[in-house]
Amino acid sequence: MANEIILSASGLTKEFKGFVAVDDVTLSVRRGTIHALIGPNGAGKTTCFNLLTKVLSPTAGRIIYNGRDITKMSPANVARLGLVRSFQISAVFGHMTALENVRIALQRRIRGDSFDFWCSERVLSSLHDEAWELITAVGLTEFAMIPARELSYGRKRALEIATTLALDPEMLLLDEPMAGMTQEDVERVSALIKEISQKRTILMVEHNLSVVASLSDRITVLTRGKVLAEGDYATVSKDPRVIEAYIGVPHA
Amino acid sequence: MPTHSSVPVAAPFRKLGMPRYHLMIMLGLAAVLSVAPFLLYPILMIKILCFALFACSVNLLLGYAGLLSFGHAAYFGMSSYVAAHAAKVWGLSPELAILCGVGIAVLLGCIFGALAIRRQGIYFAMVTLAFAQMVYFFALQAPFTGGEDGIQKVPRGALFGLIPLADDKTLYWFVLVVFFACLLALYRIIHSPFGQVLKAIRDNEARAVSLGYRVNQYKFIAFVLSAALAGVAGGTKAIVFQLATLTDVYWTMSGEVVLMTLIGGMYTFFGPIVGAALVVLMQNYLASVGDWVTVIQGLVFVACVLLFREGIVGFIASKLKRPL
Ligand SMILES: Nc1ncnc2c1ncn2[C@@H]1O[C@H](COP(=O)(O)OP(=O)(O)OP(=O)(O)O)[C@@H](O)[C@H]1O
Ligand SMILES: [Mg+2]
Repeated sequence: MANEIILSASGLTKEFKGFVAVDDVTLSVRRGTIHALIGPNGAGKTTCFNLLTKVLSPTAGRIIYNGRDITKMSPANVARLGLVRSFQISAVFGHMTALENVRIALQRRIRGDSFDFWCSERVLSSLHDEAWELITAVGLTEFAMIPARELSYGRKRALEIATTLALDPEMLLLDEPMAGMTQEDVERVSALIKEISQKRTILMVEHNLSVVASLSDRITVLTRGKVLAEGDYATVSKDPRVIEAYIGVPHA
Repeated sequence: MPTHSSVPVAAPFRKLGMPRYHLMIMLGLAAVLSVAPFLLYPILMIKILCFALFACSVNLLLGYAGLLSFGHAAYFGMSSYVAAHAAKVWGLSPELAILCGVGIAVLLGCIFGALAIRRQGIYFAMVTLAFAQMVYFFALQAPFTGGEDGIQKVPRGALFGLIPLADDKTLYWFVLVVFFACLLALYRIIHSPFGQVLKAIRDNEARAVSLGYRVNQYKFIAFVLSAALAGVAGGTKAIVFQLATLTDVYWTMSGEVVLMTLIGGMYTFFGPIVGAALVVLMQNYLASVGDWVTVIQGLVFVACVLLFREGIVGFIASKLKRPL
């Protein structure tokens, strides 16, 4: 069970008007691991995420999630299968409070569709305890009632993680979850990611290599849309091609 | 779920349901509108109420789903034609005639909505405008609409066949009841679980999708509800003014109602009402200056946009730090 592949992509390719952003990428993520996807700016990491979550349709390739071919599925349905992503640029619902941000995710998981426009908002109050727990878990207790747009960047990121967790996803794709966070936040969110990975699989794009080193079980390095190397941190960081791609990065 | 030992017991939750100050505003509005017909012409007040409903319908899409419809005259105008026809030719009582109008608005909303929601931003606005222009040409050509003359001398009839609406004051109370019923329904829609999802889509559609919401279904329902509300406004207007004309389906009508919404404040619940009142009053009191009304209206709009970008009520709301 533990070594089973939860998500695999084969021959994944995405062309933007002749420019190949993702080029024949083959990737396998094992259930229950933290897998990091790293690479220089413009390597195609975010595009990979967009392909895996079906925000973009691949030009070629196949994606299998939990034994199911999701290559042609809609992004909302992919999310409903438990494959949920966060965004590189913080994605919160700005006019809603932090608590409402989390609640809207809980609402989807617990109630499914909410087409009941005739119902009172009161039916959502049963979600508040769980929303509150999640808000507390990411350290936003004091900010629960503040509109998300007024939060600092780091707190928006934390809120995003809480919102993503509210879906209780089987697998998370996190696009640079630590970007723009203070050292203190990075430590708290690292610990949180470690904690939530107990029951889940995580695929993570992250530039902070010390975070990658401490958290990830396996690393895939991407450059110019292609997979350059794959392995655990010790192997990858010694790979001369990776060092070359990362010239000047101290941890490599 | 991550379990944390220190979950505060008494979380400072906002009480759900209508906050007290919204209730106060509603009651205040009801009070003002109950005295208004003794101070202003009831017909003028009715016009304000009809346009306020119309603006609210546009705002349901614009303010709460982030969709700018530039073709709402289609639902308003067609409803107005059908209601007028139903009352005049079929001899239906006013409430049934208005329901017929709402029916056609819902039908059009379903068809156009299903097609338009596939587009986003300015393309959505253009598609809705294109559909509205089709409806305009239909109204221009179809025999029952009376072409340039429109449908005139529509009988006001008797409400439920019992209460004659010939008297302007009686008519006013009828419209006021319709207005408040719609306003409360709208309030409920916006504050329902459905409304929460709409707001999420407005704020960040990609994120709403990534949470597993099939956003097009929500947009579609919002579109149809909005068309229905525009239909109520249009049908009521036809009965009250005993008239349905091409002006009601023309694109300038779509533009004017968006203007009302923006002046009042599109992220706000009460904004469109204020915007509609302002524009209708302005048109009424400036009627003597003729074509200059349009120019003055334009200037007021520019001034509003420059002074308070979130509209009048939006400006007040941001000063009070409370949603209005
Ligand atoms: N929609 C698009 N149309 C055209 N080109 C695109 C599009 N999206 C991404 N690209 C290009 O594809 C390449 C890969 O972009 P991508 O965002 O996936 O990189 P990344 O690895 O996430 O980089 P970063 O570390 O800066 O986030 C870039 O050169 C980018 O300009
Ligand atoms: Mg990126």
